[in-house]
Amino acid sequence: MLLELDNVTVAYGRIEALHGISLHVDEGEIVALIGANGAGKTTTMRAISGIRALAGGAIRFAGEDISRLRADLRVGRGLCQSPEGRQIFPGMTVLENLDMGAYTRRDSAGIAADLERVFGLFPRLAERRKQAGGTLSGGEQQMLAVGRALMSRPKLLLLDEPSMGLAPLVIKQIFDIVTEINQQGTTVLLVEQNAQQALSRAHRGYVLETGRIVKEGTGQELLHDPAVKEAYLGVA
Amino acid sequence: MNFDELFGHFGQHTVDGLSKGAIYALIALGYTLVYGVLRLINFAHSEVFVVGTFAVLGAWTAFGMQDRPGAGQAILFLLIGLIAAAVASGGTALALERIAYRPLRRRNAPPLVFLITAIGLSLVLVEILGLLLPRLVGGVFPTLFGRERQIVGMPTIIEQKPLITIGDTSITNVQAIVFFSALLMMAMLDWFINRTRYGRGVRAVAQNPETAALMGVNQDRVIMLIFVLGGVMAGAAALLWSVRFGFTQSSLGFVLGLKAFTAAVLGGIGNLRGALLGGLFLGLVEVYAATLYTSAWEDVVAFVVLIVVLMFRPTGLLGESLGRARA
Repeated sequence: MLLELDNVTVAYGRIEALHGISLHVDEGEIVALIGANGAGKTTTMRAISGIRALAGGAIRFAGEDISRLRADLRVGRGLCQSPEGRQIFPGMTVLENLDMGAYTRRDSAGIAADLERVFGLFPRLAERRKQAGGTLSGGEQQMLAVGRALMSRPKLLLLDEPSMGLAPLVIKQIFDIVTEINQQGTTVLLVEQNAQQALSRAHRGYVLETGRIVKEGTGQELLHDPAVKEAYLGVA
Repeated sequence: MNFDELFGHFGQHTVDGLSKGAIYALIALGYTLVYGVLRLINFAHSEVFVVGTFAVLGAWTAFGMQDRPGAGQAILFLLIGLIAAAVASGGTALALERIAYRPLRRRNAPPLVFLITAIGLSLVLVEILGLLLPRLVGGVFPTLFGRERQIVGMPTIIEQKPLITIGDTSITNVQAIVFFSALLMMAMLDWFINRTRYGRGVRAVAQNPETAALMGVNQDRVIMLIFVLGGVMAGAAALLWSVRFGFTQSSLGFVLGLKAFTAAVLGGIGNLRGALLGGLFLGLVEVYAATLYTSAWEDVVAFVVLIVVLMFRPTGLLGESLGRARA
């Protein structure tokens, strides 16, 4: 088990946003976390990356309890997030944004190799390497956010809503690359509103509803589950 | 209005203004660095500068500097003064962050509380410095005024001599040293922020603190770094001030800090190059104003210019923040 959430509770003030979530991600998997707006998907991601403190429960990563570890130190452990809304550094060039992903690393040869790898996955970023991040299109910014997270050479890549606000063709492109990254050996935890794309790519999935996990299964099982179909896939 | 004097010796007034503005610019960097990352106006930064002048005075006294030392000794004393001021000012700035600002951040204090704290710290430091000054001087140097708020003179380290004279404009050795040292310090800072890994961390926190943490940037370390950097720049300014003007007092920071803050706002607060531009601009305006009217009017004109600039460019002359500054 690479990542394990054990009965995790998160509260904003007195209001509990997550009511005891338990899930796990095994090495080599793509795991999708789907749910409606406000179900707690992003809160779960923020708890995993350490931006949000836990009110209860535990998070273990690669056998270590990281529940109280500072967010910036989790990156060095092999956890890196491409956050919701992409959060590109607008005033930095594409290259500098990617370098930010490698902030915790010191192996310049390895960084250079990973840079080539990211440029291989996203040729558009190579073309625009000197351009300010804030001037990229939405799809390009999403590619940059994923590439930036990859630059930390994560064991587990956390992707929060990579399809948000993008055209269908670009969404497919992004998910193709996520699959490719996974096949190259990176484990992926994916949070998505676009349940169709997410579940068809994922090995396993969890359905989150108002801060609780209400269903879990393989991607295909969930994709064909009548309740999931009705609630998240827009099929009656 | 004395237009004849201003335009008759325009070159000379420009040189004077630039060398004055360079010191404002160095101090302005401290305001702009902290604001760029924390959106906090560190009003105690003026005292960080004054601590630097005290350190210069103390170090020169301790090492027994005499008036007008030889060239070799002068360089040595400049170096001693720089180290003392950089350590004292950088250390003070760091102490402010650790003792006052960080605990407030931990408690998620509202911005107003930070502002009041900054002003309070400034007052506390002025009074501490006022108590410290008589002991520091120990009667070695003549005090020019009464015991409270006394102005203490420093020995002359470099005698002002015209270095280059073109027409009736002459640049003195001291003016040249002040201007080019200040420029060198700013160029080094600019390089550090824009070209190094740590500098990239600073910009990342300025642009998006949460995402910076997601990339593995330790925010507390970045914040300590910017306070130290701003402090070291103020220390350098303190040395240059001591070389150029040769005196200090505990309340020196009030007007000077206000000017440097004005320079930072004029250039676009949060923007390093804006601080340079704002400082030089303010220095020029002041000298021109003092020539046109009398020196009693220079502060009035300086602040009127600030108000006018902000009316038309509310974000200052360059107007981008440290966060938005181009790569």
